[in-house]
Amino acid sequence: MGEDIGLWGVPLAIIGGAIRVSTPFLFVSLGECLTERSGRINLGLEGTLVFGAMSAYAIAYETGSPWLGVLAAMIAGTIFGLLHGWICSLPKVNDIAIGIALMLFGMGLAFFFGKSFIQPVAPDLPAISFGFWSDYPQVQAALKVNILFLIGIAASLGLWWMLRNTKIGLRIRVVGDSTDAARAMGLRPNVVKLLSTAAGGAFAGVGGAYLSLYYPGSWNEGISSGQGLMAVALVIFARWNPIYCFWAALLFGGAGALGPALQSVGVTQGYYLFYAAPYVLTLVVMIFTSSAAKTMTGAPAELSITK
Amino acid sequence: MAEQSLAQLPITAASGPLSKAVRRSEGVVIPIAALLCGLLAFSLFLLVVGKSPIEFYQLIYKAGFGTAFSWQNTLSRSAPLLLAALCVALPARLGLVIIGGEGAIVLGGVATGACASLLMNAPALLAIPTMMAAGALAGAVWIGAVGAMRHYRGVNETISSLLMAYIAIAIMNQLVEGPLRDPASLNKPSTLPLAEHLRVGSLPGMDVHWGLAAGIIACVFSWILIEKTSWGFAARIAGGNVRAAQIQGLPVGKLIVGFTALGGAFGGLAGMFEVSAVQGAANASIAAGFGYTGILIAFLARQNPLAIIPVAILLGGIEASSGLIQRRMDLPDATVLVMQGFIFIAILISETFYGKLRIFDPDGWRS
Repeated sequence: MGEDIGLWGVPLAIIGGAIRVSTPFLFVSLGECLTERSGRINLGLEGTLVFGAMSAYAIAYETGSPWLGVLAAMIAGTIFGLLHGWICSLPKVNDIAIGIALMLFGMGLAFFFGKSFIQPVAPDLPAISFGFWSDYPQVQAALKVNILFLIGIAASLGLWWMLRNTKIGLRIRVVGDSTDAARAMGLRPNVVKLLSTAAGGAFAGVGGAYLSLYYPGSWNEGISSGQGLMAVALVIFARWNPIYCFWAALLFGGAGALGPALQSVGVTQGYYLFYAAPYVLTLVVMIFTSSAAKTMTGAPAELSITK
Repeated sequence: MAEQSLAQLPITAASGPLSKAVRRSEGVVIPIAALLCGLLAFSLFLLVVGKSPIEFYQLIYKAGFGTAFSWQNTLSRSAPLLLAALCVALPARLGLVIIGGEGAIVLGGVATGACASLLMNAPALLAIPTMMAAGALAGAVWIGAVGAMRHYRGVNETISSLLMAYIAIAIMNQLVEGPLRDPASLNKPSTLPLAEHLRVGSLPGMDVHWGLAAGIIACVFSWILIEKTSWGFAARIAGGNVRAAQIQGLPVGKLIVGFTALGGAFGGLAGMFEVSAVQGAANASIAAGFGYTGILIAFLARQNPLAIIPVAILLGGIEASSGLIQRRMDLPDATVLVMQGFIFIAILISETFYGKLRIFDPDGWRS
């Protein structure tokens, strides 16, 4: 330890924590954003996140390469997304219920196959230190940024541009706003939704890989406690805009870092309640941004969650 | 949807007792077929990981339903599942998908533990009903709040209920680590152990606690409420079409808050019986996932409270055999979760077959 910076450690730890904790939120919410823009909601991303974390850890441990782990998580997420998209394309099947089933299924499978990977140590994903200019180790620790976080920023910009300016983006938006209009244009809504859900699953898988390969950086059964689900709520808060998703993810990451930050300066009262801060924040945000009377601005019209 | 099915209604629908029975059987045959398909898919999964499905199902039968002892174990485990499933099925009548029953169970358990510490010297006749009321009230407030957020603010109830479950678990941890902690509980923070006379005992003649009776009574009560009363009828209308219900002058907000609160009260009761009959104190063990199994049970029972009874017993038996399966077959404890996942997906896929299969339509037989 260098010099003691006292209570300044709290905001610093929150900023550092926001950067560290927000990455899984960011990836899951980008994936969910893409899926929801096509008019479907995938509540199963919590399961995808946990399964992604497990598969990334297992593959990174077996091969020694964390990036192969990320790839494995992406593939696993894509498969879960395809499964969700396929089942939802059957008539009369409820996408919310399927999401719940896949959430439980993904977690069950992850715990099943992950049992033997709880002990071993897999290689971590690399990080870049942006805090080299400072002498304080706390500042250096706070500004150690993982590459996946940077990729996440690039992805949110890319996704925003793609939805706005490209043919693919237009097709996704049309399908999400009116299935009938999409059919009239000669698009096949179920195919567009299937691919959007699969891509969304891949994003969530990467979020899971970050959990097990960087922060907290090990695999265990309690690795995610609702981050995947909070990310779904976060998309509503972000008004289905990938760039807002980034800011919302930072905010939620900061809330998630509150408990550990206070603990690091010796505040132990209300420890569990501070850990619940992200859930409370999500709930409060949902109460204030939802409305019983009118449809939300920016919401894809075909989305069942806002109807 | 409604217009379509009206237009499709044949003018001369066959109406003999056989035709009626055949039509009704659709709601039983399809879920059972889906259950079997899910089990079949899970068997393939077991074969892929190199385990014997036959041995697996034999162990479930043996440990869950084979002997009088295993039946008692199964029934004890199905008690909280009955109540947890009602926490999903009652709001489902209004079209709400609540998945945070775990929160009601946990807070119901904590409220029971707190009540029992306060009433340690009170007679059981006074204390036990108070504990039940406290548990039910805690659950009712928790899930009722989800309903209120849904109705008054349009907050999605599926997400909010799960968030509330996480918050409930945090509150429980905070309380059993802090103000309610028994100083003697070192490794596993708990509330004070219940006084011996406040522990809920067994049903006469068997080693199954009273929670089972409460669960079955709750299921029958819920069935009557939904099928035989005007409130249940109003709830079904509101579940079908909120706007139509509002135009009819139905008190949609009261129905939503009332049904969610009642579901939550049953969840809280599940926590009360877990604490007072099984654990003997409130601690982290009450967050054992009953709420999540309850979701699957409610969907398997197609949200019908009477159908919840056999389904909860079946799932209770599967959970009861989990320990034996782990030891005998060297499978992880998550195996039961994977199996439930397969069943859940199968049952949801089966939704697509209702009204599609000719065998259930006596009018289609002739043509």
